[in-house]
Amino acid sequence: MKTARQVEVAATVEPAIVTGKDVVAGYPDKVVWRGATFNLNRGELVAVIGPNGAGKTTLFRLLLGLQQPISGTIKIFDETPKRGNPRIGYVPQRHVIDSETNIECLELVHLASCGHQWGFHLSAKAGRQAALKALHAVGAADLAPKSLNALSGGELQRVFLAEALVSDPDILLLDEPLSNLDIRRAQELVQLVDRVVRSRNVTALLVAHDINPLLPYLNKVVYIANGKVATGTPREVLTSERLSELYDTHVEVIHDSRGNVAIIGIEDHHGDE
Amino acid sequence: MRMGFSANLLVDLQQMLQYQFMQHAFEAGTLVAIVAGIVGYFVVLRRSSFAAHALSHIGFAGAAGAVLLGVSPVIGLLAFTTVGGTGMTVLGPRASHRDVQIGTVLAFMLGLGVLFISLYTGYATEAYSILFGEILGISATDVLVTAIAALVIMCVVAFVYRPLLFASLDEDVAEAKGLHMHMLGVVFMLLVALATSIAVQVVGVLLIFSLMVTPAAIAQQLAKRPWHAVVLSVIIALFATWIGLSVAFYEPYPVSFFITTIVFVLYLLVRFLQPRINPIRARKTALQSAQAALS
Repeated sequence: MKTARQVEVAATVEPAIVTGKDVVAGYPDKVVWRGATFNLNRGELVAVIGPNGAGKTTLFRLLLGLQQPISGTIKIFDETPKRGNPRIGYVPQRHVIDSETNIECLELVHLASCGHQWGFHLSAKAGRQAALKALHAVGAADLAPKSLNALSGGELQRVFLAEALVSDPDILLLDEPLSNLDIRRAQELVQLVDRVVRSRNVTALLVAHDINPLLPYLNKVVYIANGKVATGTPREVLTSERLSELYDTHVEVIHDSRGNVAIIGIEDHHGDE
Repeated sequence: MRMGFSANLLVDLQQMLQYQFMQHAFEAGTLVAIVAGIVGYFVVLRRSSFAAHALSHIGFAGAAGAVLLGVSPVIGLLAFTTVGGTGMTVLGPRASHRDVQIGTVLAFMLGLGVLFISLYTGYATEAYSILFGEILGISATDVLVTAIAALVIMCVVAFVYRPLLFASLDEDVAEAKGLHMHMLGVVFMLLVALATSIAVQVVGVLLIFSLMVTPAAIAQQLAKRPWHAVVLSVIIALFATWIGLSVAFYEPYPVSFFITTIVFVLYLLVRFLQPRINPIRARKTALQSAQAALS
């Protein structure tokens, strides 16, 4: 099924919607990573993997236009990334919602579609309807009237996903949505993201520590480590040769009978941030 | 001469409003309660109550300075809190890291206030009324200044309502959506500065929490939609102010004492009763939705 999907994606002639060419990222006094060249197509689920502090979130900041590359070019729909791009839905890395924040989920999702508008608006009916639709799309319509502080980690991630989807984006940036979720909830969320990607034909980039829960659904991997970036299909990137080259040390990629991979020879692969 | 309280509330109200100082007190108190209720909601949502507290103390220096110069304290309050509020935002760009900067400015301003008070050779009641509020001594000019400030605050809030709400609730996404966090931070602090300046007249520098934070905190416990919570916060602040003023007319104790007591009792009630009521309500709605699903 996976291979069929990849063939299908490869067959589409539509040009890549996110492209990077020789991108060097970081700050004037410190390069985080360099040499990133990638093409991401419509409808792809892309994992962004790498150790802590490797610069995974930096990639998102570049795509969101919150940070500029030191050199190289990044294009989204042939345009330089800019802040407030309505074609991008973003779920930042967030672990907690303040236990005092007693605001209903629907309101948060609604704000994501109208929160950038100035002025006042007495009837919010249409907006709330759209927010409810977004919650429905992630199977969380029943959470709409619930307070944000009453949700579990998995429920919260669904609401955040709805918040990102409400503006009907073409690209989803999900920063560590699986952290703080147990294996089953993580699995459910990945399936949900996959469903969203397929049904809406959006491109999703998902930052994660562990690639295994994602493997059955992935089209591409962006592996960031050691100041360098490797991009390609999981089959291309997750090999002993590619990762040894990336890390400048001997790294072994081992596959088990169920298709899971273990990467041996590097520390801090499963660290928690 | 004080008059007796009767069972006919309308008569009581007429009796109170015969006096010009009570008219002014009700006018200013109402405006302040509305504004404090609105701005207070954002203060609570953004966890900025320390900033509001600090701004009132900065205002203390301003008010003391104004008294020293012989102008109305509210002018000094406005001048100092606006400059102080802007300064605090400029010093610390992100809301969550501002404690130390705010504390530093706060301490210096209190020191300045003490200096002004000691330089002022007039009555000590001036300092007392800045610290604890003196709404019964408010002048017609003060009411006018309060009305203008309140109008400005309400217009600005109406304009920035949604972006400010979004930025307060979900800073990272709001920033990615293109909202300018720094500018919104400054606007918010200026709103707090203005609201604090006029609220000091009612409850004083030290009791500012009772109008700027507590009503909004109660409202946030009770309402899950921001708009409802803002309205509720205003109602609570109005209730406390009106009742406080009315009781203080008949009893020889300070208005600010009654206001703080009313909001405190409400806070305790909500804090301790609501968790016990909510499970029942939750069970009821679950039952209703189950019935709706069956029918």
